[in-house]
Amino acid sequence: MSEKEKAASEGGMDYLDSLPRRWVVTYIPVLVFLFVLLFPFYWMGMTAFKPDAELLSKAANPFWIHSPTLAHFEKLLFHTAYPDWMWNTIIVSVVSTFVSLISSVLAAYAIERLRFKGSRLTGMGIFLAYLVPPSILFIPLAAIVFKLGLFDTRWALILTYPTFLIPFCTWLLMGYFRSIPYELEECALIDGATRWQILVKIILPLAVPGLISAGIFAFTLSWNEFIYALTFVSSSEVKTVPVGVITELVEGDVYHWGALMAGALLGSLPVAVLYSFFVEYYVSGMTGAVKE
Amino acid sequence: MSLSRFFDNRNVLGLLFMLPAGALLIVFLTYPLGLGTWLGFTDTKIGRDGVWVGLDNYEFLFGDSVARLSLFNTLFYTVVASVIKFVLGLWLALLLNKNLPFKAFLRAIVLLPFIVPTALSAIAFWWLYDAQFSVLSWALVKMGLITTYVDFLGEPWLARLSTIAANVWRGVPFVAITLLAGLQTIPASLYEAASLDGATEWQRFWHVTLPMLTPIIAVVMTFSVLFTFTDFQLIYVLTRGGPLNATHLMATLSFQRAIPGGALGEGAALATAMVPFLLAAILFSYFGLQRRAWQQGASDK
Repeated sequence: MSEKEKAASEGGMDYLDSLPRRWVVTYIPVLVFLFVLLFPFYWMGMTAFKPDAELLSKAANPFWIHSPTLAHFEKLLFHTAYPDWMWNTIIVSVVSTFVSLISSVLAAYAIERLRFKGSRLTGMGIFLAYLVPPSILFIPLAAIVFKLGLFDTRWALILTYPTFLIPFCTWLLMGYFRSIPYELEECALIDGATRWQILVKIILPLAVPGLISAGIFAFTLSWNEFIYALTFVSSSEVKTVPVGVITELVEGDVYHWGALMAGALLGSLPVAVLYSFFVEYYVSGMTGAVKE
Repeated sequence: MSLSRFFDNRNVLGLLFMLPAGALLIVFLTYPLGLGTWLGFTDTKIGRDGVWVGLDNYEFLFGDSVARLSLFNTLFYTVVASVIKFVLGLWLALLLNKNLPFKAFLRAIVLLPFIVPTALSAIAFWWLYDAQFSVLSWALVKMGLITTYVDFLGEPWLARLSTIAANVWRGVPFVAITLLAGLQTIPASLYEAASLDGATEWQRFWHVTLPMLTPIIAVVMTFSVLFTFTDFQLIYVLTRGGPLNATHLMATLSFQRAIPGGALGEGAALATAMVPFLLAAILFSYFGLQRRAWQQGASDK
């Protein structure tokens, strides 16, 4: 493939554009988009390292730090329950992701490959469940969580997060399983393998990219969850990072902007780092779930 | 029949494999959906079981000016934010589909606003919108465009627009990246054929890109509308529904009535009242856009 053909297949026909035109039509808009999309993060970082005096002065140039400080991080890590919230978020996200992944693998395999009676209907049901938003579920769920005696425990979150994780993961994995050729399974069946052996030894190894996509996506979704964590948990030791930062670092009318931003930055970092390692999987998970 | 044969029966095994997912979803999703609808017809308070009151909650909410305002706010928020997200998202997707240096890196960076916790990025917006220390106001004053600091979240209409801006910021990357995936499936030969026939760039966009993209636009916008209509965290963090309930969405109002207010029945009724609108929005954006694909000769999916 020649250089020009390659460019054409990647970028449409814009290799025909002249350079000045490309700047006006493409590069400048892209830079503006990038600036707007990234500015809040820059601002978060700036504020987190700025001493209070600089934060509240209107004279100094706000876009730069003159004497950076770690005071906000120190306050956050040693004088608030932030480390507890971090720990809770990790536990809740990891456990609910694993629970959801395991249930979803089994469900997706059953729907897609076992084709039991009613599997098509179940598949439809899973898709509909995917469309049910947490903001119409949290009130009755609060009542259920309370009745089960789970209120104000991590279990309340671990058991309710799968309600939005399982439909998503199952739907995604169904697509992946569909792409694995049936013949592989038939060969194994003829050789006397049980369904369980087929799932563990043939399907799962082939579906690893799908598993990673679903896992990463589920982890970030549960890390970012807010309304359930806000409703089902009330004591500081059980809170997750997003809820803890919102409910406990805001004290009265005096906002500790430095500490708030430090909290937001630290809380965003784990998902951002994880995401940066698995961008391709994340994107294919997101687009895969939409494309089906 | 031996035990292992029994377990290899597809119906038995299917049921067994569906058990964990099915049990979790029935207990924590299907049952709450029903329970929520039922709660909406009762006067349940926190800590006290309610009795059936028929349509009382709905009648009350219908006469409640705050609830009506929240319905207006939700519709306004959803329509305006979704339209802007669509236009900007499509534009960004078209830009990213061009020949750019560091393409993969750019695409990765663009998605950042979507993956970080909304509650936490909303705090950054809260700080950007601060009445006294907003850097946006600072910049505008320095440029000589305004003389006094803007109280972004203090005035009803300004607050509505500011929250919409924050929602758009978070939603554009999702729309852009998913539409980009759609754009990449359009064969370049179509564009070449169109330009050989003398189509201008605008005609190529209108007659090739858009029709080819319609099915995926329908799905993406359905999800986008769904997320926006049921948004909670952004409003909760930025304004808690204020000023003067001007930014209360149905989701935030139902939280406020049900959890701090204790009126579970009323809150559940408000949440249930969202369902018809939600269904209508889904059907509209799905079938509305799907039909255009069909009219222009694309095959049904």
